[in-house]
Amino acid sequence: MCLGAIIGRVTVTRKPKKPETLPAPASWGMTARGIPWEYAAAPESTDHVAIRPEYGLFIGNEFRPSRPRDTFDVMNPATEEHLARVARASKADVNRAVVAARAAHDNVWSRLPGSERAKYLYRIARIMQERSREFAVVETMNSGKPIKESRDVDVPLAAAHFFYYAGWADKLDYAFPGRTPRSLGVAAQIIPWNFPLLMLAWKIAPALAAGNTVVLKPASTTPLTAYLFADVVRQADLPPGVVNIITGPGEIGMELVRHPDVNKVAFTGSTAVGKMLARAVAGSRKKVTLELGGKAANIVFDDAPLDQAIEGIINGIYFNQGEVCCAGSRLFVQESIYEPLLDKLKARLSTLRVGDPLDKNTDVGAINSAGQLAKIAELVQSGIDEGAEIFQPDCVLPDRGFFFRPTLFTGVSQSHRIAQEEIFGPVLSVLTFRTPEEAIEKANNTPYGLSAGVWTEKGSRIFKMVAAMKAGVVWANTFNRFDPTSPFGGYKESGYGREGGIHGLGAYLDLSADGANGR
Amino acid sequence: MSPRQRALATSNGQPLAADRLGVRKTYKLYIGGAFPRTESGRSYEITGARGGALANACRGTRKDIRDAVRAARKALPDWASKTAYNRSQILYRIAELMEGRRDQFIGEVMAAEGVGRQRATRLVNAAIDRWVWYAGWADKYSQLMGTVNPVAGSYFNFSVPEPTGVVGVIAPEGSSLLGLVSRLAPVVVSGNCAVVLASESRPLPAVTLTEVLATSDVPGGVVNLITGLRRELVTHLAGHMDVNALDAYGLDPAVATAVEETAAENVKRLVRPPAGGADSVDWLSSEAQSPYLIGEFTETKTVWHPIGS
Repeated sequence: MCLGAIIGRVTVTRKPKKPETLPAPASWGMTARGIPWEYAAAPESTDHVAIRPEYGLFIGNEFRPSRPRDTFDVMNPATEEHLARVARASKADVNRAVVAARAAHDNVWSRLPGSERAKYLYRIARIMQERSREFAVVETMNSGKPIKESRDVDVPLAAAHFFYYAGWADKLDYAFPGRTPRSLGVAAQIIPWNFPLLMLAWKIAPALAAGNTVVLKPASTTPLTAYLFADVVRQADLPPGVVNIITGPGEIGMELVRHPDVNKVAFTGSTAVGKMLARAVAGSRKKVTLELGGKAANIVFDDAPLDQAIEGIINGIYFNQGEVCCAGSRLFVQESIYEPLLDKLKARLSTLRVGDPLDKNTDVGAINSAGQLAKIAELVQSGIDEGAEIFQPDCVLPDRGFFFRPTLFTGVSQSHRIAQEEIFGPVLSVLTFRTPEEAIEKANNTPYGLSAGVWTEKGSRIFKMVAAMKAGVVWANTFNRFDPTSPFGGYKESGYGREGGIHGLGAYLDLSADGANGR
Repeated sequence: MSPRQRALATSNGQPLAADRLGVRKTYKLYIGGAFPRTESGRSYEITGARGGALANACRGTRKDIRDAVRAARKALPDWASKTAYNRSQILYRIAELMEGRRDQFIGEVMAAEGVGRQRATRLVNAAIDRWVWYAGWADKYSQLMGTVNPVAGSYFNFSVPEPTGVVGVIAPEGSSLLGLVSRLAPVVVSGNCAVVLASESRPLPAVTLTEVLATSDVPGGVVNLITGLRRELVTHLAGHMDVNALDAYGLDPAVATAVEETAAENVKRLVRPPAGGADSVDWLSSEAQSPYLIGEFTETKTVWHPIGS
């Protein structure tokens, strides 16, 4: 828990010390005497959650062991405790899943009236809402994200995606004037570990609404909510083969993408893997959507509403431990407000509660894996080595599990690795600017282009900045907002195609009826 | 054509009526609004579809492509930020000036493609009309593809299409003018800048088109044209890290896999060649023009702002 000292420069290795007396307002979680509130533990109950000892591959609406039978372990990153064994798919299993999906597409799903597909998707949305607590708890246990986020963001948004795309299923003819939309066929979908259930919903909902069937591969560390979703598929009586879920290492994902009977590839993950996938589908007719990495600029002007901006900065980079592709990892502060903003930011940072993800008061949970924790630590060390100044609140991290202190770097230059590379952790690099032009130049100086943030009370400046950002999503006076109706996706090396809204629907349809084109 | 007539002829292959020696044109590259020769000083001879030498064309190089990409990048901010109404008028202006050179284009297309005057006239007319058609889309496509999104929260949220940036265009090999215009117009109408590889065997009408572009209010650098051998050029265009998208529709499908792999290095948006190759396309068909093609070279930007007091 972060209970500790508020202002002061603290290094990674420093031991926790007693809180200092501070002139912080009560609204920051301090008592009148400046001592942070003690919070009693408020753990979410796990009583009603039943995680099976072993999960097979979900193919044709049945859980089946892989062939040859092989499994790998899945753990809780906050406790390092074993949660379950899941099947490790083989190349033959990939083929079985694609065959099941192909049969379901050709014989059943694409032939159903859209209105019937719609009702299946509405059913799924409703069951996810009914089982929301179960999903939230399992998501937190498996991913390490705080329960308040899985409960209030991941699960409700996932259900909302199904509800939104359900309504499109019987309205496709109205969506794209002059075209006759057709389903593509079998969609191969590979999703990351940072939003396991939400990314599943982003992928499966539009695919099914458009009449495709899917083979989904969750990340190896976070398959449990996907297999819980398989049970929703069973409850909804979806025809066998419409949704297939397989687990295994990255090579299995590549096998899936390369499978000749796959018609659509949708991937969310790192830019490096995205490029590998783009090469893997080269020369095929597969339609591709890539949602890749980011290094978002969050730009704060001197006329910004400061307290709101502080909350936006915190939410921008520490939401989900910073394991967010659109995280606001580069903060650009106008020089004239640099000092007051930094003071407030450090104070706010020190009130973040780091620890047990199942605790309802926790703000920052566990990093998803030991490997990711090592990667974050390595990049943070590079920031120190390259001369940036580190600030971390003085907090006690749990003895077990993969935790990292919320971290902030000042004195960062554009060439530092922490200003260039995606860290995918709770690490903020603070830079400064004087003029809007300088902010634009610096913000766009990256191969990525997923998202950006702008904070100012001046409307005309918002639109100038919005237009200048080479980024697919721009949040003005807010950050990290998501909605099923709102297209999401990047410029440049952050990928191509959009998910969400009518744009995300088009990505799952064959719109090349006039022969002029077709990606 | 007799040797005497051939000697008199200009480089569009059309003999002149008078017994005067024709003044032939030097066909050059088009980069940043200027007409340089290739930096390599090399050329290759262009033969008409029915035989006979027509002219020498520049055998462009990787360096020429780099120069063209730099010119395109430089021209991009101004072109992309022009009002849609302005870009619409400029595209319409291209049609106006092509109309004035109709006979020249007809002659060049006849020589390049080996078609009769009637067929060439239809092709040139369609190319001119295609500019008019896309000119009209400049201030409309974003109304078709942009949205206001009813998010579940107190936010105003909208999505707009924006130009992707610098786009490489591999022009169809067979259709020297209409095929090129059909691929180029949807790229530049939204505000992208283009680096075009002309048809290797039939590049002359494309070069003449750049002379129209140079005089029709299209700012220098918005369209850049390289002629030369595809085996020497395509990989460099596909692999250039400052090219954001590649229209590979005119590419030989046999080499599409390698080119797509190269383009993946900086996550280029890529439009693949049709299964039968671009030469299988009926460019006169209304199917060969589409606002969705404009969309292929745009990025959707979504903007959120809170609603409150």
